[in-house]
Amino acid sequence: MGQWSYLAVMAFIFLGAAWLEIGLRTRVLRRWRRLLLTVLPVVAVFALWDVYAIASGHWWFDEDLITGITLPGDLPVDEVVFFLLVPLAAILTLEAVRSATGLPVGDEQAPEPDGEADS
Amino acid sequence: MTYTQLAILGVLLAIVWDLWIGRTRLLARQVFWMAYPIIVFFQLLTNGVLTGFRIVRYSGSEIIGSSTPEDAPPAFLGDGRIVYAPVEDLMFGFALVLLTLSLWVIWGRRGVQREPMSGPPMPALVPWLAKVGGRKPDQAPGPRSSAG
Repeated sequence: MGQWSYLAVMAFIFLGAAWLEIGLRTRVLRRWRRLLLTVLPVVAVFALWDVYAIASGHWWFDEDLITGITLPGDLPVDEVVFFLLVPLAAILTLEAVRSATGLPVGDEQAPEPDGEADS
Repeated sequence: MTYTQLAILGVLLAIVWDLWIGRTRLLARQVFWMAYPIIVFFQLLTNGVLTGFRIVRYSGSEIIGSSTPEDAPPAFLGDGRIVYAPVEDLMFGFALVLLTLSLWVIWGRRGVQREPMSGPPMPALVPWLAKVGGRKPDQAPGPRSSAG
């Protein structure tokens, strides 16, 4: 798949998680403002980590297997897609488990007494 | 700092954030420990593709294991790797996921689109969910079902 290899993995992550929005009625994409407020700070923090790691030679990419489009800091746009989709998939998973189990997550109207973990 | 050091620092900061700064206490919640294994499974799968096909490559001087070879896949297991990926990636992922979910809860707690809440699942999925989860799928938040 050449230059689309990385993004193909990202497509798998998106499709693998997005069906939960329908199947488990997670209502995460529908709550897009809350989603953006959550994901954007995460993208910022981890993109900085990525830029540092690339600059320091911690990791690098096969130029033939990514799009070749880079942002300032030598950050491949493929990585930005990663930092957008992985948090989305994580939130969808959490909300899917809540949908399936009814377990509290911590944002319910009547919070549990402070310091008490659910069990 | 090496990737190993940064990954450990990232995990510690995410834990401190969840327990004491953001006070979301996801690490003390059953819902987190049901969701996280699902996330890790798919992380191992997708990151295994990214690292096994050497789309992403690592420097041996920055991780516990050795460098991604020039002309062959890295170790599947061992040499500081799990499903081709450095163990550091699992720590990186843990920090990424915990921070994300904590922020999601914080915005909901502050009333930003707390509603509409998730669930219930599509009726067609309910029998399957009961099977894999061992519990009644559409109960309100509260005491655990005795089913399963």
